[in-house]
Amino acid sequence: MTDWPILSTVTFLPTLGALLIALIKGDEAAVARNARFVALWTTLITFAVSLLIWIDFNPGTADFQFTESAPWIGTTIGYRMGVDGISMLFVILTTFLMPICILASASVHKRVKEYMIAFLVLETLMIGVFCATDLFLFYVFFEAGLIPMFLIIGVWGGARRIYASFKFFLYTLLGSVLALLAILTMYFMAGTTDIPTLMAYKFPAEMQFWLWLAFFASFAVKVPMWPVHTWLPDAHVEAPTAGSVILAGVLLKMGGYGFLRFSIPMFPLASVEFAPLVFALSVIAIIYTSLVALRQEDMKKLIAYSSVAHMGFITMGTFSLTQQGVQGAILQMLSHGIVSGALFLCVGVVYDRLHTREIARYGGLVKNMPVYAVVFLFFTMATVGLPGTSGFVGEFLTLVGAYQANTWVAFFASTGLILGAAYSLSLYRRVMLGDLVKPDLMALRDLGIREIAIFVPLILVALYMGVQPGAFLHVMDASVQHLLAQQQAAVQAAASVALAP
Amino acid sequence: MYQAIVFLPLLGALIAGLFGRVIGVRLSQIVTVVPMLVSAVLSVYGFFGVLEGGHHDALVVPVADWFQSGALSVAWALRIDTLTNVMLVVVTVVSALVHVYSVGYMSHDPHPQRFMAYLSLFTFAMLMLVTANNFVQMFFGWEGVGLASYLLIGFWFKRPSANAASIKAFVVNRVGDFGFALGIMAVFATFGSVDFSTVFAAAPAQVGKTLHFLWMDADVLTTICLLLFIGAMGKSAQLGLHTWLPDAMEGPTPVSALIHAATMVTAGVFMVARCSPLFSLSPVALEVITVVGASTAIFAATVGLVQNDIKRVIAYSTCSQLGYMFFALGVGGYGAAIFHLFTHAFFKALLFLGAGSVIHAMSDEQDMRNMGGIWRKIPFTYSMMWIGSLALAGVPFFAGFYSKDMIIEAAFAHGTAAGQYAFSMGILAALLTAFYSWRLIFMTFHGAPRADHHVMDHVHESPLVMTLPLAVLALGAIFAGFAFAPYFIGHEREAFWGASLVLPSVDVLEQAHHVPEWVSLSPTLIGLVGILFAWLFYIRRPSMPVELAETNWPLYQFLLNKWYFDELYAFAITGPANWLGRVFWKQGDGMIIDGFGPDGVAAAVRGLSARAGRLQSGYLYHYAFAMLIGVAALVSFFIYRIGPTH
Repeated sequence: MTDWPILSTVTFLPTLGALLIALIKGDEAAVARNARFVALWTTLITFAVSLLIWIDFNPGTADFQFTESAPWIGTTIGYRMGVDGISMLFVILTTFLMPICILASASVHKRVKEYMIAFLVLETLMIGVFCATDLFLFYVFFEAGLIPMFLIIGVWGGARRIYASFKFFLYTLLGSVLALLAILTMYFMAGTTDIPTLMAYKFPAEMQFWLWLAFFASFAVKVPMWPVHTWLPDAHVEAPTAGSVILAGVLLKMGGYGFLRFSIPMFPLASVEFAPLVFALSVIAIIYTSLVALRQEDMKKLIAYSSVAHMGFITMGTFSLTQQGVQGAILQMLSHGIVSGALFLCVGVVYDRLHTREIARYGGLVKNMPVYAVVFLFFTMATVGLPGTSGFVGEFLTLVGAYQANTWVAFFASTGLILGAAYSLSLYRRVMLGDLVKPDLMALRDLGIREIAIFVPLILVALYMGVQPGAFLHVMDASVQHLLAQQQAAVQAAASVALAP
Repeated sequence: MYQAIVFLPLLGALIAGLFGRVIGVRLSQIVTVVPMLVSAVLSVYGFFGVLEGGHHDALVVPVADWFQSGALSVAWALRIDTLTNVMLVVVTVVSALVHVYSVGYMSHDPHPQRFMAYLSLFTFAMLMLVTANNFVQMFFGWEGVGLASYLLIGFWFKRPSANAASIKAFVVNRVGDFGFALGIMAVFATFGSVDFSTVFAAAPAQVGKTLHFLWMDADVLTTICLLLFIGAMGKSAQLGLHTWLPDAMEGPTPVSALIHAATMVTAGVFMVARCSPLFSLSPVALEVITVVGASTAIFAATVGLVQNDIKRVIAYSTCSQLGYMFFALGVGGYGAAIFHLFTHAFFKALLFLGAGSVIHAMSDEQDMRNMGGIWRKIPFTYSMMWIGSLALAGVPFFAGFYSKDMIIEAAFAHGTAAGQYAFSMGILAALLTAFYSWRLIFMTFHGAPRADHHVMDHVHESPLVMTLPLAVLALGAIFAGFAFAPYFIGHEREAFWGASLVLPSVDVLEQAHHVPEWVSLSPTLIGLVGILFAWLFYIRRPSMPVELAETNWPLYQFLLNKWYFDELYAFAITGPANWLGRVFWKQGDGMIIDGFGPDGVAAAVRGLSARAGRLQSGYLYHYAFAMLIGVAALVSFFIYRIGPTH
């Protein structure tokens, strides 16, 4: 490995692109065209460079790799970057989805320059979240990421965008404040903000309890878990298509990533303590939101609710604290990033043509949009968790993990298999099947070249993850094993202390 | 060779599915039919290898890794033993014939390429299922055939009824899969593996042990077997999870023949047979299977008596015959169950394709009340239906005679209460089977024509591409029993099955060879009685059915409405689920979470800031008042917190 700071490169390449776009001048149409062009190439190059991380990654170790360190604020807070087998895959997920988002933004015509800048800045901040190995740096990326997302919904969103962005803001604010308090406490106790050091630091059991809860408040909102999920359907409905893709694809994963990076390694005792709470909320999320999804009349809301249900599998698997559960949760996060992102793109396709998301306005589209029908069906099946698609392996592994932790949890969560099929197929039926009678629908044209170019990579990745998920599981194997070994060692140490006279 | 058998259909499906529009109808048919025929020929070749005493241990052909997480390791591989070989023959031969038939049957459809692609996709998934070397790959095939079934039932996507039926099939199957998935989890938690060889080898050591499942400490093997059996019940339409099968008749008829008669619905039977090393160790699970199977056999037969849609009669007949296979499994007669699966595939596919021929001839009419008097016009189809029905009714020397008799004898020989129940239900259902089969023949072909003269003028025999597959299936329906009985259930059976089936401690088929004379005779006799009754009712005195229905009106309605299962489920499950969904959405999310959460906070903030505006304009007293309230709140909070400890 060379000393070339590849993580910083990948993180800040998008910012460079954003600066370039900011410099573009000329008449409005030219600016828009050039902004799109620069944004697309920036994201493509970022993706290409990020693949080098994967290629050079050593899956044999659980340590952070490609580490960078530079003094930043004072003596303790540093600019520290690094990835392990868990975070590396999220970096790739982010860089993979971004060019797709840029391509999917062809229907945005308002303030294209600022739109592209917001997305590129957002990309920097999201990659930063997954690369940061300093607590403070992480927090900066984590919270700053909200601002461009807030703007994307608030400026380029739908009719009720102000309400949605406000709701989004209110929920996340609550979590953020508590997380900040926890971060300050950790800093004062451990005297460092270096994440690897903190992972080895043993917080007193009593303290773990409070710190866990504070972080939980922040991550649970991001995931989102029931009952702090109600911002998500509104945010999705009002966000532009690409905003929904990023929201579902990457931003939701930050909560799950937070559990794996902070809650479990730093507060291992509290994680065991609170696992039943997480299980309960996960199972409620799966059943409750699946039932709600059954009744939705808005395509995006339905997919948003299904996202909450899928995230329930992820939190459940994570806190099963088993190899299968955690690996399944990570795989499910990657898969959900691809599949639900793709479903929002599917909605975007018809929304761009008819400007409504109301399910009842559609029906029978399979007749004049056969290619679209195949694509939509593929992702419907992937979200249902059909074996052979990416949706299956993750979901199955989380269930296997949960079963070992608690059979009740696995039992109730498995009902999600049934409900998921019911709401997904009913959406497909109402939109795509039946007779094509509405005159304005008959005029809709099938997918164009640009749209096919968007979907093909997503389909290939979802299939590859379904048939050969080993490529992904292998990369994260050592890191997850280390995570669980450390966690179990901490629990055993605490037990032996408790048993000692 | 086995890779070719399994993956050739996938190749055909991909080409016809992705490029069907480009390469056109004819080429799409060629690229699906030809690989399928090759696959069938190879399967038959492999099967004869087994008959000549081929491999006895399972041959495992590795294909690729799938996934590995901790101790859970799953690979793509093909497991080939006698059981697999039997299934390969059934699946590929029937599928190849249905492919050929479909070229003719779907010739007027606007999307024949799509249809052929789906058929081949189905075949691939089914082959993955029967060649699975571990539970997860079996689940892959299991869900894959579910997808294909969904696509094919809803093939005519303009029909709302077809779309509803396809979703119903998928979702009800998912209820079964829910059990199957939990079963796999329990298998992994118990054995630390999902590979068949490892699990089966370790199974005897688990006898008598318990595992904690939900609230109970239950017997390990019984729990695992019953969970797996829930999956089998879904796929094989057993009582309770059967409701999707009759509705699945919305699909084109070749689909009904292939998927909903010969192959996919038998996957549950196959699964239990495949897991015989587990099931044989759990007498409780076997007893449950016996009772469920026997109840399904009689339930479906009673409903089949009064249906008027030609395809639905055959669908209920399938459901009933699957019940036979299950109670055969339940009494430990795995060989007999698989033998019935084998013979049933031929004669039921024959009946369905024959019915398709009738429907084709009658200009897409399916209601038997609008048929009649056509046997002279389509004599070939008519004779095919006779052969199929003779085999189904178990008339001597036709295929069904050998397998069904053996099942009934095995149930009797089993000697337990469950076995006795299965025996009596089996006999009774045999009577009803013969009755509704000839009711179908008489209503469809005999009597005065009830269709209008446009339809009647148009009644014609199908083209060769459709009649040829019928002829091949007819050969199977006639000879498959006689020719293969020695291997499946006769003296060669131990050598034939090898290690692929693990029997319970007592070999019930051995005992079945020694049952009293009246037991072996009764299925045949009762079948003939059934035919006689049908003749009485529908030829001799055609007014009798109506009179009988009128005198027994409630019973007639009960049967006509299929024991009201659909209504019960709508009332007890779908209704409440929809209601809950709405309540959670409007009341749960809307009023409670949002009301007290963000909306409430927002409202409070608005109220506060309005007040804040006034505060800043100099209302000092308000400041003081607010502070006082704040202090009071804090103090009371602390008192409340500290209070109980003192």
